[in-house]
This record gives sequence, C-alpha cells and structure tokens, in this order.
Amino acid sequence: MGNILIVEDSPTMRQLISFAVKRIHGANAIEANDGVDALKKLLSNKIDLILSDINMPVMDGIKLISLVRGNPAYKDIPIIVITTEGAEEDRRRAFSVGADAFIPKPIQTQELIKLANKLLKKS
Amino acid sequence: MEKENSAFKKADEFLQMFKRGEEFTKALLKDNEKLRYNIVQLEEQLQRAGNEERIKLFEERITQLEQELSSYHERFREVEAENRDFALKYLEVEEENNNLANLYVASYQLHSTLDFSEVLRVVLEIVINLIGAREFTIFLIDEKTDDLLPVAAEGVETSSVPRVKIGQGIIGSVAREGESFFSENITETKELNLNDPIVCIPLKIKDHIIGVISIYTLLLQKAGFTNIDYELFNLLAGHAATAIYSSRLYTQSERKLTTLQSFLDLLKEKPVG
Repeated sequence: MGNILIVEDSPTMRQLISFAVKRIHGANAIEANDGVDALKKLLSNKIDLILSDINMPVMDGIKLISLVRGNPAYKDIPIIVITTEGAEEDRRRAFSVGADAFIPKPIQTQELIKLANKLLKKS
Repeated sequence: MEKENSAFKKADEFLQMFKRGEEFTKALLKDNEKLRYNIVQLEEQLQRAGNEERIKLFEERITQLEQELSSYHERFREVEAENRDFALKYLEVEEENNNLANLYVASYQLHSTLDFSEVLRVVLEIVINLIGAREFTIFLIDEKTDDLLPVAAEGVETSSVPRVKIGQGIIGSVAREGESFFSENITETKELNLNDPIVCIPLKIKDHIIGVISIYTLLLQKAGFTNIDYELFNLLAGHAATAIYSSRLYTQSERKLTTLQSFLDLLKEKPVG
C-alpha cells in the first residue's frame, strides 16, 4: 500500500499509531519526532500518507503541513491531523493550510485504519 | 330363341356377378377407410403416450431440481449465518488486537525507562491518549508525612492541587483501601472539583500502595469506559506503580552513588595528614 509517516512527539502515541498502521495491508510505518524530523524523513523516503500531531516541539504540525503543501514534490500527499477535543482552532488552522482529515484522541484504531485506507486509495 | 334366352340369362348372371363384385369392392374400400382411420387414431394415441412419458420424466426432473434448489437455499442460509458469525468473530478479534496493542504499548512504554520524571510523563501520556482523560492528578505517598503528594497533573497546575491525607475523602480512601473508585456519572459535565474525582485508581505493588491516580474529567468524545479502559486501569494500578517505584529507587540510588563517588574522589584527592 505504501509508506505512512507518523509525526508525533509522544513515544507512546507514536508506537500506538505505528501498531495501527502496520495493520493496514502492505503499509509501512516511518516515525518522526517533530516537523523537522518529518521533513528529513520526507527527503529520504517516498511517503504516501502523513499522520501528524499539531502540538510538537521544534516544528509544529501546522508549519509542517504548510511546508509540505508548498512543495510541488509533496503537495499531493494526503495528511491526517491528530487532534485533541476542544482544539477547534488547531483543527481550523490545519484545514486552512491543507490538511485532508483529522482524527481525535484517544485514537480509535479501526477509525484510523478506515480513514488511512480511504485516503491511500484516493491518492 | 332358346339361344337368345340362354344369352340373356348369362348376361343377367354376369350383371349379377358384376354387381356383387361392385358391392364387395365398395365394402373393401369402406373397410380400408376404417382401418386407415384406426391407424391414424393409434398413431395419435402412441404419440400422446410418448408425450405423457416425457412430461412425467420432466415433472420428476423438476421435482428433483426443486429439492436440490431447496437444499442449496438451506446450505446458502447456513453459509450466510456462518459468514455472519465469522464477521462478528473477526470484529471481536480486531477489537481484541487493538486492546492488546494498547496494553502492550502502555506496558512497553512504562518499563522503557528508569528515569522517574520520564516514567511520570509516560503515565500522563497513557492516561491522556489511551484512556482519554482531560484533567487528572498523579499522587504519591510521601513516606515522611504519610500524605498523598501531587507529583504530576494534566489540565490543572500540579502546584494548585492540595495534599490529601490518607483516608480523607474519595482520594484518601482509595489510597487507604486500595480499591478503585468509579463514579456512576462519569460523563456528567460539572465544575472541576479536586476532591470529587470520577475515577480514582490506587497505584499498588501487591498490597503496598504507593499512590493514586485521580481523574476529574474526560475528553468530550469519550462517552464512557469500555472493557479496555478497565484493563488499562488494572495495568496502570500494577505496572505504573512498579515503574514509578523502581524509577524512584533507581534515581535515589543514582543520587546516593554520585554523592558517595564525589566523597570518594574527594578523599582520594586530599589524603589525610
């Protein structure tokens, strides 16, 4: 299916999402700690889907999404944003810079797999 | 004259004979016609008998096919029911897999470090991301004062959470009894009350209680607790307690070791006399 880049500063969440991603048929999980790390992983891998948190140190999710959308080589990669409830402003900002979908915490694995499959098929 | 009479007589006989011949021929023709009619009738009967035989055969075949169809319908219903069972089982297995993955990740992360603050951060992450709590506090028993001391919190300032005496209120009772507390109205929206948690989990190693996790509110999308949440609570009660206790001991022994090492170094540098 392709490479899925997980951008999340929490190791617990990263490992949990990675477990879910590995259950998508043919998908491979690539992990990044923050936006900068994600950009490095984008340069060295062919990424088919990005799953990103918003609040991260060094470079947050909003900055990462706008950089990805501004680069012709990566602009079509689907992006799912992981948000917490009550973070309406984060969600609105994420959509305004080009996020395709969001998934709330605590993550429901089945919901995540379904959404990732849908976006991977579209791309 | 006599000759003429004889000739007439013969002619008359011949005529009579001819007439009889004609009548015989007519009778023969009539019989022939009757026989032809009979043949046609017999042929029709024969054909009808053949059709009936075939119809009978077809009827038997239809009955047989109908029985087969009915058995196939029955089999189809059975397979459909089996499929439904398999689909349900598949969903159950999927859910079980998700739950096991959550428990594995939680357990793995809890024991991934011996750094006390790192362990506390992992416990916070598990309670936020896996359980879906919004406001909560982790208390540890202060061995000097025997109070519950807030050491980490989410949604509230740790410094704003007061110490709790063991046995005092819900939190204190959980710390004394070692039994988890679950409020009946966990989703009811209410003002944050640090003395009125919706869930309170004791952190214990066997029967030794080292602290309490007190949850005040849940994330909005969290409608209630599922089986996996209770499993996570159990896991937290045991594994988080062990991880916190060992990391605290490790940090203390590291500190003592560093102090002793510095003392030894000092002794080596400045010999007595």
